[in-house]
Amino acid sequence: MPVIMIFYYLITAYLVVLLVWNFVREKKKVEDLAQYLLVLIPLVLRILRIK
Amino acid sequence: MKRPGIVKAVLIFLFLVLVIQGGLQLYRHRHFDVPVVAGPGVTRVTRLSEFGPGLKKTMADPLVYFLEGKEPGGKAILLSNTHANEPEGLLATLLMIENAVVEKGTLIIIPQFNHSAGRNTRPGDGYPLYFEIPTDWGRKRFRLGNRDASPLDQWPDPDVYIHYPDRQLLSYIDARNVNRTWPGRPGGPLMEKVTFAAMEIMRREKVDVAVDIHGAETMFPVTNCIVAPEKSNRIATMAALTVKAKEGFDSHVEPSPSGFRGLSHREIGDFSDTLPFLLEAPIPFLDQPTGPKTEKFLLDGKDPFLLSLAQKKKLFVPYDASGWPLEKRVGQHCSVTLEILRQYSKKNPERSILVHGIPRYAEIVQDGVGHYFHDPAMADKDKIYLN
Repeated sequence: MPVIMIFYYLITAYLVVLLVWNFVREKKKVEDLAQYLLVLIPLVLRILRIK
Repeated sequence: MKRPGIVKAVLIFLFLVLVIQGGLQLYRHRHFDVPVVAGPGVTRVTRLSEFGPGLKKTMADPLVYFLEGKEPGGKAILLSNTHANEPEGLLATLLMIENAVVEKGTLIIIPQFNHSAGRNTRPGDGYPLYFEIPTDWGRKRFRLGNRDASPLDQWPDPDVYIHYPDRQLLSYIDARNVNRTWPGRPGGPLMEKVTFAAMEIMRREKVDVAVDIHGAETMFPVTNCIVAPEKSNRIATMAALTVKAKEGFDSHVEPSPSGFRGLSHREIGDFSDTLPFLLEAPIPFLDQPTGPKTEKFLLDGKDPFLLSLAQKKKLFVPYDASGWPLEKRVGQHCSVTLEILRQYSKKNPERSILVHGIPRYAEIVQDGVGHYFHDPAMADKDKIYLN
């Protein structure tokens, strides 16, 4: 795997951590919770090397 | 929010359902193998990485089938699934691998040329993941791939793809399109390594003829044709005239533009002694103003919106209620390929390539494509290759 692709996976993992952190901290807005998880789907699929 | 814990648990459950249900389908598609029964003409099977070591252990390392005749002669290379959402090329070359016998010369066939694209999908366009064709022994299932390699195998995309070596600016997505990355280079992005390895086959094996088999939209002007550069023009013209006269279907000649770089029909000719040809058969499934992209539509090519457009003379091919079925598309590719080989052999008797066992247009239209595929369950295990 080229180095630049490894950097992209690291960036993706960082975004996943941010979204999960925001999801855990959110206490009020259901819409925000749903949106965090929707945005997570493609990032998780990429990290798992599925899509 | 009154009970955040319960709301979060429900949302996480829905998230997992979506990821697991969708992810499993995509994972299975990427790892689904199609068994190919090597026919009596196959003498050697290797991988493209033998000619381009940078491809080893990547998802861009397809199988290369050699069909060598008893007598030495010329050599031809046939490529399909350059765009893996144009399956008529794939079916035509698989049918040749399973049935062709070479008497003189050599056929080199790479049916899954963009191997990564063949394991990629196009969910945004609602493509089916698979398609099946009826055979004499049951239904044979194939993956439907995408035009471009998977981002899992080549990433990130550049803002603009700068073609090597001409430095022409192409669309960013073309960095993953192996019909824009010719002639390639050994240290370039993965798709350039693929085309470089194919160029190496042509240079090392002294290949005379290269045929790159595609499908094109009915609304696209370069469809139902043989695209050829100046050096291949005479043979392409003779092949087009002969199939029209003898077999009754049209496949006219389109000139390869010298100012549009990266295409097989341009770069193969410019960077080797090989004569390149690119075949296009109309595939209505790829047109944009159509109904749903179903498996049935992929196979029969029937669509009411295209029919309406045909009546308004907006298509570049004749189109009626019979659509443009797969049998016609595969049959055209087989006949035109055979005719190119015949015309080349006539002009170069010392480098002729004589092949038999490949059905022509009328036979495929009458019998169906599936009739020519062999049952992997009945074949010797050492003859089966997972593609």
